[in-house]
Amino acid sequence: MAVSAASPPTAGNTHWEGVRLHVVTGKGGTGKTTVAASLALALASGGKSVLLCEVEGRQGIARLFDVPPLPYEERRIASGPNNGGDLYALAIEPESALLEYLAMYYRLGRAGRALDKFGVIDFATTIAPGLRDVLLTGKVYEAAHRNKRSKHARHYDAVVLDAPPTGRITQFLNVNGELAGLAKVGPVRNQADTVMTLLRSPRTAVHLVTVLEDMPVQETSDGIEQLRAAKLPGGGVIVNMARPEELDEGARHMAIRGDLPRAQIEEGLKSASLKSTPQLVDALLREALEHAERRALEDEQRKHIDKLDVPTYELSRVPGGVDLGGLYELAADLCEQGMA
Amino acid sequence: MTKRSSTRVGPLAARDVRTPELDVDALIDDPGTKVIVCCGSGGVGKTTASAALGLRAAERGRKVVVLTIDPARRLAQSMGIERLDNTPRPVPGASIEGGGSLDAMMLDMKRTFDEVVESQASPEKAEQILANSFYQALSSSFAGTQEYMAMEKLGQLREDARKTGHWDLIVVDTPPSRSALDFLDAPERLSSFLDGRLIRLLLTPAKGPARLMSAGVGLVTNALTKIVGAHFLRDVQTFIAAFDTLFGGFRQRAQKTFELLQARETAFLVVAAPEPDALREAAYFVERLNEERMPLAGLIVNRASHTAAGGISGDQAMAAAERLDDLEDPDDSSEVTAGLLRLYADRTRIVERESRLRRRFAAAHPEVPAAVIPALSTDVHDLDGLRVVGQLLSG
Repeated sequence: MAVSAASPPTAGNTHWEGVRLHVVTGKGGTGKTTVAASLALALASGGKSVLLCEVEGRQGIARLFDVPPLPYEERRIASGPNNGGDLYALAIEPESALLEYLAMYYRLGRAGRALDKFGVIDFATTIAPGLRDVLLTGKVYEAAHRNKRSKHARHYDAVVLDAPPTGRITQFLNVNGELAGLAKVGPVRNQADTVMTLLRSPRTAVHLVTVLEDMPVQETSDGIEQLRAAKLPGGGVIVNMARPEELDEGARHMAIRGDLPRAQIEEGLKSASLKSTPQLVDALLREALEHAERRALEDEQRKHIDKLDVPTYELSRVPGGVDLGGLYELAADLCEQGMA
Repeated sequence: MTKRSSTRVGPLAARDVRTPELDVDALIDDPGTKVIVCCGSGGVGKTTASAALGLRAAERGRKVVVLTIDPARRLAQSMGIERLDNTPRPVPGASIEGGGSLDAMMLDMKRTFDEVVESQASPEKAEQILANSFYQALSSSFAGTQEYMAMEKLGQLREDARKTGHWDLIVVDTPPSRSALDFLDAPERLSSFLDGRLIRLLLTPAKGPARLMSAGVGLVTNALTKIVGAHFLRDVQTFIAAFDTLFGGFRQRAQKTFELLQARETAFLVVAAPEPDALREAAYFVERLNEERMPLAGLIVNRASHTAAGGISGDQAMAAAERLDDLEDPDDSSEVTAGLLRLYADRTRIVERESRLRRRFAAAHPEVPAAVIPALSTDVHDLDGLRVVGQLLSG
C-alpha cells in the first residue's frame, strides 16, 4: 500500500542497495522502534545477518520481541528457517561503550576503574555534551564497519539503529558539530571524525517514521531539512499506523455532507442478515463521518509528504496493537514495497 | 542514567478496580493550587494539554502563565509565543472576562542559564564563564540542561508571582525527554556533578602545585588527557575554576525548586496516551512521585477512542462484513455497509485494547484519579481547539 512510493525497484533489488547502516528516527509516539524492528526483520528475511541496536536505554527491542532485557552484548533474537537470515540485537549504553573503548584503544584496565571511581565515566556519559553521542554512535560505527576479515567479531550485512527522536537526530548524528569548540584535537576528536565519515557516506541512510498528523509530518519535513543542512544522507519516509480506506471517495463526500442515505445502510445490514436498529445505523453513520474527516486530514498530510520527494512507504495500523506476529507482517509489507 | 524505581507500588491483589474521576475544574478553581506540572513521555500531547488547562483556568478567573518547552509551530503562533524572548507575554485573542488573564512563554534554555550565571557572579566573572567554550556547550546541549532550566524558570516565575501578584497559577509543560523522569533527575545529576569528586580533582592542578597530586589523581588526569585531549581538559578546568564560587548557589536553587515541587500548592498531572509505552512511563512516574513525596493530582489519558455503541460486538460486525464481501452480486449499499462494519469492528478492538491497558494501570494505582480526553478527528492548533480540549478535559 505504498502511498506515492518511489518507482518500484527493479526485480530483486531494493531502494537501499549498498546501505550498510539504516538509522530510523521519528517523533515520539509514531512507532519508530516498531518500524526499526520490522525493517531489521525485513532485511534479515533475505537470508542476511542483521544487527538491530537501541541507544536510549528503553529496552524497547526486548519488549517487542518478548525476550529478557538485552545486555551490552550482541544476542540473536530471531532467525529464519534453513539458515535463512539472522537477527541480532544490542542495547548500547554509554558507560559500557566507554569502558570498552578505553580497554580497546588504551588498554586502560586500572585507570578505567579509577575513572569510574572518580565519577569520570558518569561525567563523560551524562554531563559532557556530545561525548555521550560520540560513544553511542562510535559503537554503532564499530558494528557497521566490521567486515568478513574482522577477527573475533560477527560480520553483519546491515545494521539498523533505533535512534533518538527526530527533534534530536541531527544533533545526535552530527557528533563533529557537537564536539567542535570542545575537543579540537585528540583521540575523541579523531574517533568522531571517523564516525562522521561513515555517517555522511552513501552507506548510511536516515529514515524518518511519521503518522499522518499535522505535527509529526511537520517535524518530518523539518527533520529532512536539518539532515540535508548537516550533509547527512536522508533515507525514506515511513508512514506508520495508516488507516485503511474503507469508503470510496464518493461515499466519503456524502458522509461529510451528512447525506449518506440511512436506507442504504439499512438495506446493507439486511443483506448481511443483521438486525438493523436505529442505534446501529447511527453508530455506523458516526463511523462514516469520522472516517471521512480523518481521511481528508490524512490526504492533506499525504500531499505534504509527497512534496518531500523521497521514497515513501506505508504501514497500516494494527488495531489490536503490534505483537510479534504483527511485526513479521509489517516486515513483509516493507519487503513488498521495496524497502528491503 | 535514570534511576528507576525497581519495585512496583500498589495493591498486590485487586479485582474490578474503579478509580476516582479527576475533577479538573475543582483543581484549577482551587486558589490553593499555584503550580500545575504536566509530565509524561514524548508525543502524548503534554503541550496541548497544558495550554488547554491554562486557557480554561484563565477563563474561569485565574491569572495564569503557561510555560511551554517545545510547542508545535502553529500552536506557538496562535498563542503568540513563536518569538523566543524568555519572558511571558499576554496571549493575543484570549478574550477573558471576570478577572482572569493568560500569559505564555517558551523556554530559552541557554538564556535562562546565562541569566542565572549573571545573577550569581560578579560581572567580570560572569563574562569569563559565558565566554568559556565548555560552558557554551554545557548550556546549549547537555542532555539535561533543558530539564534543569525548565525547573529553574519555574522557580523564577513562582518567585515573580509571589512578589508582583501578576499570576496566581503557573502551568508548566515538561521537556520531551527520553524518559518522563529526566526532569526530576537532571537538577540532582548536574548539581551532584558540580559538587563531586571529579570537580575537586580537576581543580587540584589548577590551584595547587603538582606535587600535591596523589598517584590516583595523576592516573585519572593522564587518562582524561589521553582520551579527550589536553585542550578540552584545560577548558573544563578554567570553567570549573571560574564557576567554583557559584556551585553553592546552584545547589541551593536546585534544592529550592525541588522543595517547590513537593509543596502543597503544586499539583502534578501525568499525561499519557492509551498506549503500552506511554502508560508504562506514566506508571513509573506515579511511583517516583510517591517516592519523592510530590503531590500527584491525577492521570490524564489523552486521545482515547470513544466507544462504538451500536449494540453489537466487534466480532459480530466483522462477521457481517465478511458475509457482505461474499455476496454474489455486491452493490453500493453492501459495499458501503461492509466498509462501515469493518470500521466499527476496528474501533471496538481499539477501544477494548485501550480499556485493557487503562484497567491494568488502575489495578496497580487505584488511588490515582483519572480524566479522559477523547480523540478529536482534527488537529488542535488554535485557541478554539484548546478550548474544546479544555471542555473535554473537564468532562
